[in-house]
Amino acid sequence: MIQQYWLYLIYLLGSVFFIVGLKMLSGPKTARNGNFLAAAGMAIAILGTIFMHTNEDGEPIGNYGWIFGGIAIGTIIGWISAKKVKMTDMPQMVSLFNGMGGACAALISLVEFGHLHDDASPATVLTIVAGLVIGSVSFSGSIIAYAKLQEIMKKTFRLPAQNILTLVLLIATLGLTVYIALGHPSTTLVYTVFALSLAYGVLFVLPIGGADMPVVISLLNSFTGVAAAFGGFLYDNQVMLTGGILVGSAGTLLTILMCNAMNRSLTNVIFGSFGGGSAAAAGGGSATTGGAVKSSTPSDVAIMMNYAQKVIIVPGYGLAVAQAQHVIHELEALLEQRGVEVKYAIHPVAGRMPGHMNVLLAESNVAYDKLVEMEEINDQFSTTDVVFVVGANDVVNPAARSNPASPIYGMPILNADKAKTVIVSKRSMAAGYAGIDNELFYYPNCMMLFGDAKDSITKVVAELKGMD
Amino acid sequence: MDAIITFIGENIQLIYILILSIFVGIEVISKVPSALHTPLMSGANAIHGVVIIGAIIVMGHAEAGNWPALILGFLAVILGTLNVVGGFVVTDRMLEMFKKKK
Repeated sequence: MIQQYWLYLIYLLGSVFFIVGLKMLSGPKTARNGNFLAAAGMAIAILGTIFMHTNEDGEPIGNYGWIFGGIAIGTIIGWISAKKVKMTDMPQMVSLFNGMGGACAALISLVEFGHLHDDASPATVLTIVAGLVIGSVSFSGSIIAYAKLQEIMKKTFRLPAQNILTLVLLIATLGLTVYIALGHPSTTLVYTVFALSLAYGVLFVLPIGGADMPVVISLLNSFTGVAAAFGGFLYDNQVMLTGGILVGSAGTLLTILMCNAMNRSLTNVIFGSFGGGSAAAAGGGSATTGGAVKSSTPSDVAIMMNYAQKVIIVPGYGLAVAQAQHVIHELEALLEQRGVEVKYAIHPVAGRMPGHMNVLLAESNVAYDKLVEMEEINDQFSTTDVVFVVGANDVVNPAARSNPASPIYGMPILNADKAKTVIVSKRSMAAGYAGIDNELFYYPNCMMLFGDAKDSITKVVAELKGMD
Repeated sequence: MDAIITFIGENIQLIYILILSIFVGIEVISKVPSALHTPLMSGANAIHGVVIIGAIIVMGHAEAGNWPALILGFLAVILGTLNVVGGFVVTDRMLEMFKKKK
């Protein structure tokens, strides 16, 4: 018994480590230690379980060979893949690991279902099946998200009557779950629910694409948290419950914060018809903004920046795609040497995930204090000589401020258009993610620098170096 | 109805933990700067790897001859560990970069 109480104490400590770790993760100075702390909490919870856990019959944990073997395999694969992944591929890696957690929860439920006694209460059965459903949705959804971000799966599919089909599938899954819990615990039915949940996860993520992916990953992340919490209920295990619910609620809040930053509602992201609905609006938009754009050359850009007092760089998804984060830092360093003040304006949803741009730029040694968030920097654009927009589009579209008919109206944007000169590095005049024209490109103070971002910036850097 | 009340009554401590954890989860990350959203999501991702504990329990109590349970349990342990180890290591790699300054 006393051993049981020691384990409770360890679980309590583990839970506190999770909470404090999560808190520390939300500040730049403490974040890394917070991650260590949470990992330490996890380690003691795992070791405590292996060596001190007993089930309700008082039996200790057995099968050490299997357990340590599994942990060893998982550690090696997890460690190597986490160390090897490129910073630009980070989002899909998170999604993949999330899917693993979901699958883990689903497998636990499958095994526990096999262990059920005939007199099991509906609540126990429901806990098991709910863990199975949520874990499976999280697993198959995360794998699809991974495939999309890794560009294994390039297109966004939208089946005919997608929303209705998804809804029917959801109702069937939930209905069957309740049916099983209310006294029909047959193995066939459980495997049917398993299959339905996997299919639901696939259908749920398939039609979602582009900039909405991070929102989906964050949502699936909180799903896995909830699945873990069901495990906590099943085993009366406090640390699983606290850990799972913490992630469930924090993940949900994070999902909502991400949606807010894009001025979209969660339902819009999930059931939305952004692509379809905005096509008409885009047509209308381009009619009013149509006109000539000015294009510029690397040497013009180099000269303008060289004689500027202050330059703000607006990095976007395109910068990550072109892998231009290192060369942009070179440009920034070069300008700073010449006495030009350089800042980066980071839109909350810049990159593939909120904060992803910061990670990418930090990777190429850009100082943390050079990255300025939207609210802080928006007043500074009017006193800026040159704004250099690299691979960003919708986040600098003034239509979000001024045109109520635009599908992105109301989305917070960077006021890049207020600067004296705006230079936009872009491959072509193609529309951004939202599929709408950007009137900024037609403004008199705006110039386009066409070409691959990395190429263009390399040329600008070369021009700057040649100006000595 | 009685079944629901009984369930709540029998699990009241867990339900308290559940409710309080929801508030704690929301509270601790409410002031996060958007720059840290990705590492935070990744760190949270690692924390829900706590589901590994369920996998260890399943594995640890699987009977010697019960191959489906042994194999599924073993897989669950591997996947759970992947989630935990991969999650924390990836988060650390992201955060490591914030520290580097010239």
